[in-house]
Amino acid sequence: MTSVLYDAPGPRAKKRNVLLSLLFLVLILLGLWWAWTAMSDKGQLEWAKWKPWLADSESWTTYLLPGLANTLKAAGLAMVIALPLGALFGIARLSDHRWIRVPAAAVVEFFRAIPVLILMVFANQFYSASTDISVDARPMYAVVTGLVLYNASVLAEIVRAGILSLPKGQTEAAKAIGLRKGQTMTSVLLPQSVTAMLPALVSQLVVIVKDTALGGAMLSFTELLNARKTAASFYASVIPSFIVVAVVFIVLNLLLTSLASWLERRMRRSKKSTGAVVGPEALENLETIGPKKITGDYGENTGGTG
Amino acid sequence: MFDFLEDYDLLEAFWMTVKLTVFAGIGSLVWGTLLAAMRVSPVPVMRWFGTAYVNIVRNIPLTVIIVFSSLGLADVFGITLGAGDDVDTMTFRLAVLGLGAYTAAFVCEAVRSGINTVPVGQAEAARALGLSFSQVLGLIVLPQAFRSVIGPLTNVLIALTKNTTVAAAIGVAEAALLMKEMIENEAQLFLITAIFAFGFVVLTLPTGLILGWLGKRLAVKR
Repeated sequence: MTSVLYDAPGPRAKKRNVLLSLLFLVLILLGLWWAWTAMSDKGQLEWAKWKPWLADSESWTTYLLPGLANTLKAAGLAMVIALPLGALFGIARLSDHRWIRVPAAAVVEFFRAIPVLILMVFANQFYSASTDISVDARPMYAVVTGLVLYNASVLAEIVRAGILSLPKGQTEAAKAIGLRKGQTMTSVLLPQSVTAMLPALVSQLVVIVKDTALGGAMLSFTELLNARKTAASFYASVIPSFIVVAVVFIVLNLLLTSLASWLERRMRRSKKSTGAVVGPEALENLETIGPKKITGDYGENTGGTG
Repeated sequence: MFDFLEDYDLLEAFWMTVKLTVFAGIGSLVWGTLLAAMRVSPVPVMRWFGTAYVNIVRNIPLTVIIVFSSLGLADVFGITLGAGDDVDTMTFRLAVLGLGAYTAAFVCEAVRSGINTVPVGQAEAARALGLSFSQVLGLIVLPQAFRSVIGPLTNVLIALTKNTTVAAAIGVAEAALLMKEMIENEAQLFLITAIFAFGFVVLTLPTGLILGWLGKRLAVKR
């Protein structure tokens, strides 16, 4: 790999790089060795502490798999409910009418500004005070509600970015063949923007999966992190349980991330789409995503047809 | 209606949130920039380490990291970060450590995307003058990169401000923990939630506006 920052290495640079590599490797190994001795000092390396996770299926079928199932259920539910809600608010923010656009923007910005945990704690108390949802089911409801409120507003921004990323000609062509505004949105803009924003949607799933863990720590929702707690005290094994749970989260989210980037690559290549792709970083540069405004005179857009 | 507020120290809780944000922000900025430098460095092992760190840490829930720092680092390994027997100081420092380690992965990605916006010619010119890798990076590329990533870094900072609520999971006395306590004791659910929501809007909105303005002003015009 050659880069902007350095030339292809010559003999001296190669030697230096090898030396630095070795030095850094030694540093990493020292760190690992320190962690290893610390763990063996505290008896965390004993096979008895690892056996339940690696050799028995019981810890998985009794604790971790039900926890993982709850994590996935909450994340899936939140995504499925938040998507249409987000699409609605995203479209509302693009409305021609000020009285729709402004309140929608206010709602979206409000829920984006508040921590998910605050929303979850609120929902939990709200359900306990005002509804007769059973105590067992309440954490799940609260977690999903918190996730939906927050992620619907994030998805609204993704949808807005997706629609704005389509070339202006799409709307103009739809107008030219006499479609109404609603028809333009539902049969021209939305279907195309959905494919454009698929990568961003999948990577938002990673955020949702991670945020379910909040419910485990604060609302006694029995998701993966909380299942770890019960299992760890049962098997008296703290560090291995954390490592196992972290690995499960990493594998799950890496799968989602690579699905997202695979989709992104596929979309960029595909000839059927308009070429617009809204990546995970869409929210960060929302202002710059929109199509270039056609300025007064026929500046850059004529491109020599004159 | 607001009588019950006298029993709670709202400002103290939000001050804790601010302290968590500032300390973890500084830590993640330093560590994240180092990671970004590793990821673009000519040394393969460093590149490999930076990539692995970012991909692993980004995919673990922050809650897991924070709870681990308390139950794993403190309880099992006895790492108190120099706090001795003072439990409040210890949990605070552990929370800063966890938040910083997590946020650094996102800072690293932001800085790296900034490095990519610097034109190749800049680095080529610097190399033609005979500057070494660290000089090219430190004197030419990073100063320009930082000015172009103030926007993304602001988003990371705002996310960090909201993420500090996770510290409530290990009992750091910040806003979310106080809210949970208040909501359980008082019957003013909507009022309390509105107060805390307002508090976070007050913290994040000016940050976004000021840094957003600064980012537009400082961005290198090309």
